Amino acid sequence: MSDKATNEASLKGDWALWEVFIRTRGGLSHRHVGSVHAPDAELALKHARDTYTRRMEGVSIWVAASTSISASDPAHADAFFEPAADKVYRHPTFYNIPKNIKHI
Amino acid sequence: MYTTELQKVSALDNSLSADPPELVAAFEARVAADAFIEPKDWMPQAYRRTLVRQISQHAHSEIVGTLPEGNWITRAPSLRRKAVLLAKVQDECGHGLYLYCAAETLGTSREQMIEALHSGKAKYSTIFNYPTLTWADMGAIGWLVDGAAIMNQVPLQRTSYGPYARAMVRICKEESFHQRQGYEIMMTLANGSAAQKRMAQDALNRWWWPSIMMFGPPDDNSPNSAQSMRWRIKRESNDDLRQRFIDVTVPQALALGLTLPDPELKWNEARDHYDYGPIDWEEFYAVVRGEGQVAKERMSARVKAWEDGAWVREAAAAHAVKKAKRNAA
Repeated sequence: MSDKATNEASLKGDWALWEVFIRTRGGLSHRHVGSVHAPDAELALKHARDTYTRRMEGVSIWVAASTSISASDPAHADAFFEPAADKVYRHPTFYNIPKNIKHI
Repeated sequence: MYTTELQKVSALDNSLSADPPELVAAFEARVAADAFIEPKDWMPQAYRRTLVRQISQHAHSEIVGTLPEGNWITRAPSLRRKAVLLAKVQDECGHGLYLYCAAETLGTSREQMIEALHSGKAKYSTIFNYPTLTWADMGAIGWLVDGAAIMNQVPLQRTSYGPYARAMVRICKEESFHQRQGYEIMMTLANGSAAQKRMAQDALNRWWWPSIMMFGPPDDNSPNSAQSMRWRIKRESNDDLRQRFIDVTVPQALALGLTLPDPELKWNEARDHYDYGPIDWEEFYAVVRGEGQVAKERMSARVKAWEDGAWVREAAAAHAVKKAKRNAA
């Protein structure tokens, strides 16, 4: 996981950027909280701990090199998400079931 | 900690943009509808510039703000006070990091921002160019300076730029203890020996006006405020926030049995606010220009810390490169 960012790291300039995801407690998914700079994944985890969990905000941390994240383009968000817009039959309320039918 | 926008750009600079008017109109409509703007969204160049300047100044203020307090860590009067002060300083470093990260989402780099701070190009809050002379200053700073910062930062949790707003939510959550521990120090001193009470009063005397100035120039002399308000970067005016701070802080000072260094300060029944005396804006602008009492000291301490830490950064980077090579082999 760290190879790409580390290979881009040079001895000059900023350390690579890592995105930080934290599981606040068992049973919840990891959630993006911010980013840190670090030369490798190991230090990124330590920096993330010091920066984002000073008050026991997490039980688990993921860091991912920012360069490895691909994102959808907000300028095309309408077209990108449009296919879901006209499919109301994906929602349970689309179907009319008589009131006397229970547990459905 | 917080800094008001100190480096002004002229209205001309802001109007010289080549932004397509239809995109600007769509952007302004989104902002007016209280939508959050995210890093990859289109935004006017002046919006981006203003945010980079404001967020990086805010970040710098957090980092430089640790210096006046760092001055007292080794001399804290008890282990409890020392642990608390260390935790506060650590929080402020963390706040600086949240904010640098938020600024970086706008396309500036950490290196550029740090360079701008160290070369004196970037500003930070004027408040940190005042010296911390006694232990009571740790109380006054937590209570007044962090108190003013909270007052400023609470509305910024709804600022229109998403990463800045989210950083502010975290910061506000953490900052409350900073103010309370400061007030606790003041309570202890104000209820202590005559010498301790004098020390508390002296700290309040010295920090009151600089704290009031932290809200920035008066609204009628704050040329960029209107645009920042329209773009919802700023949600409330300097004078409104200042008044609110004074209204909540005066009773806290009276509860300590201390007096405020403003003979014109009095409750105005009709306005439902405290009236206060004129602010020495000449002093404020002098500090902005870099004539603060310890401005040079602050920057040289900051640059020295950065330079002294260079070998650690280089060693960590060299270690990472070596490990990556070994893994690749």
